[in-house]
Amino acid sequence: MLKHEVLKILESDARTTPEQIARMTGGLLDEVKQVIRDAESDRTIVRYKTVVNWEKVSNDRVEAIIEVKVTPQRDTGFDAIAKHIYNFPEARTVYLMSGTYDLAVLVTGKTMHQVADFVSQKLAQIDGVQGTTTHFMLKRYKEDGEVLAGAEEIQRQQVVL
Amino acid sequence: MTIESKADRSLTSRRVEAIKPSGIRKFFDLLAGMEGAISLGVGEPDFATPWHIREAAIYALEHGRTMYTSNAGTPELRREIASYLSRTHNLDYNPLSEVVVTVGVSEALDLAARAILDPGDEVLLPDPCYVSYPSCVTLAGGVPVPVPTFESQSFELNPADVARAITPRTRAILLGYPANPTGAVMPADKLSEIAILAERHNLIVISDEIYNRLTYGVTAPSFASLPGMKERTVVLNGVSKCYSMTGWRIGYAAGPKEIVAGMTKIHQYTMLCASSMGQAAAVEALKNGEDDITAMVDDYNRRRMVMVSGFNSLGLSCFDPRGAFYAFPSVKSTGLSSDEFAERLLKEEKVAVVPGTAFGEQGEGYLRCCYATAMSQIEEALERIQRFLNRL
Repeated sequence: MLKHEVLKILESDARTTPEQIARMTGGLLDEVKQVIRDAESDRTIVRYKTVVNWEKVSNDRVEAIIEVKVTPQRDTGFDAIAKHIYNFPEARTVYLMSGTYDLAVLVTGKTMHQVADFVSQKLAQIDGVQGTTTHFMLKRYKEDGEVLAGAEEIQRQQVVL
Repeated sequence: MTIESKADRSLTSRRVEAIKPSGIRKFFDLLAGMEGAISLGVGEPDFATPWHIREAAIYALEHGRTMYTSNAGTPELRREIASYLSRTHNLDYNPLSEVVVTVGVSEALDLAARAILDPGDEVLLPDPCYVSYPSCVTLAGGVPVPVPTFESQSFELNPADVARAITPRTRAILLGYPANPTGAVMPADKLSEIAILAERHNLIVISDEIYNRLTYGVTAPSFASLPGMKERTVVLNGVSKCYSMTGWRIGYAAGPKEIVAGMTKIHQYTMLCASSMGQAAAVEALKNGEDDITAMVDDYNRRRMVMVSGFNSLGLSCFDPRGAFYAFPSVKSTGLSSDEFAERLLKEEKVAVVPGTAFGEQGEGYLRCCYATAMSQIEEALERIQRFLNRL
């Protein structure tokens, strides 16, 4: 129960300190710290990350989602090809999908050309990859549950209640 | 009436003159225009209304559902209210004769008071209690009779104190649990003792249950669900607090059909009906809003823990509130009155809280602090209060 609470709090704000979490949950500080240590060591907490709206910073970042159709391999199915792909640093996210293609790969690069090079020279040449379809991201509206345009402003007026 | 006596009369009625301006309003006038202030004063959720609920209202608008509805509310919403009360409290109301949709619980309270009270009828209510209770009773011609509640008894209404306050003129008991301003929740056994008194003295119970779903580790029973009480209880509730829909102004009352008919009669001559788009949104909230309540309660609970433990660690002992979204810390240890404390805190550290006295005499020595505000604001407010206390 405490573990679930701690993870929910950290998922919504990774900067929340163990002291704050202890106050928020009513748990003991040492217990909270132990929950975090355990979750980090068994990779329940994989990484602490920040959702950045890069469009506010610079334009030298291009993202694309690559649909990859593959031939599953004997014994390893999709896993061996997925491993091959996720070991490339350009591939930030790799999912096995149901539907018309098999793997979804999120790729980040500095230019469209760089992303295209990765797809044609590395991804498409892997044994078992039958074909790829590249979708460049034009605009990010919402990421990880956060609306990037800015949260809705709650306006309160003076009221008796 | 002579010409002289007419000249002596003020422009407003005696009933209006008999009620005082709210202590909350007075305080917020001080806050107006103050830069960098943190307000723990507004008793309002800080979430926007969930999107699916807003969409229901947009849909209603797009489809031209902008006309009056039946006075008592759309049949669809009344059915949904009856279904909700059945689901959450096992109460069985006829949606067409025992439910009326109102413009918030505030109107429901006013209607209930006006529908049941004759001039001079006494209404027992807990002290401290929500600011509207005594005023609504007075405006309806009744006489509010405060029954003190105490921190040492978790601000629960003591049945023995209620029994002592009952007179031949007592007509009703007005309950508001989970409570604004204390956050107290009445346990079922104490409510049952009050139910026995209500039955013995033939009293009507008006039960404001607007915070009913905002509870932490306990459940708040509906007074009407106690044996024999449905026949003499007017349940007041609405969508404002638990679905974060304060501005929609949709409340409701469920009760014996004679009382509901009386309330509907007043409602039709005053409000006519609640807004049609708001009613459409409320249907969606009651049908599909359970997950929203769960998420908000989880969030409030974290803030509650921070605020209550924060006050206690500052030496301002704070009763453990298990409902609503208010903490009610005591400032008696500082030697300052509630008003002095709140006023100085606002002026010196720009933190707005409401002095407990706004809610009745028993509120002296306490502050109402609403934790329906951002965690960072709560933490900053606690730091400022610490600074303030250090200077005392």
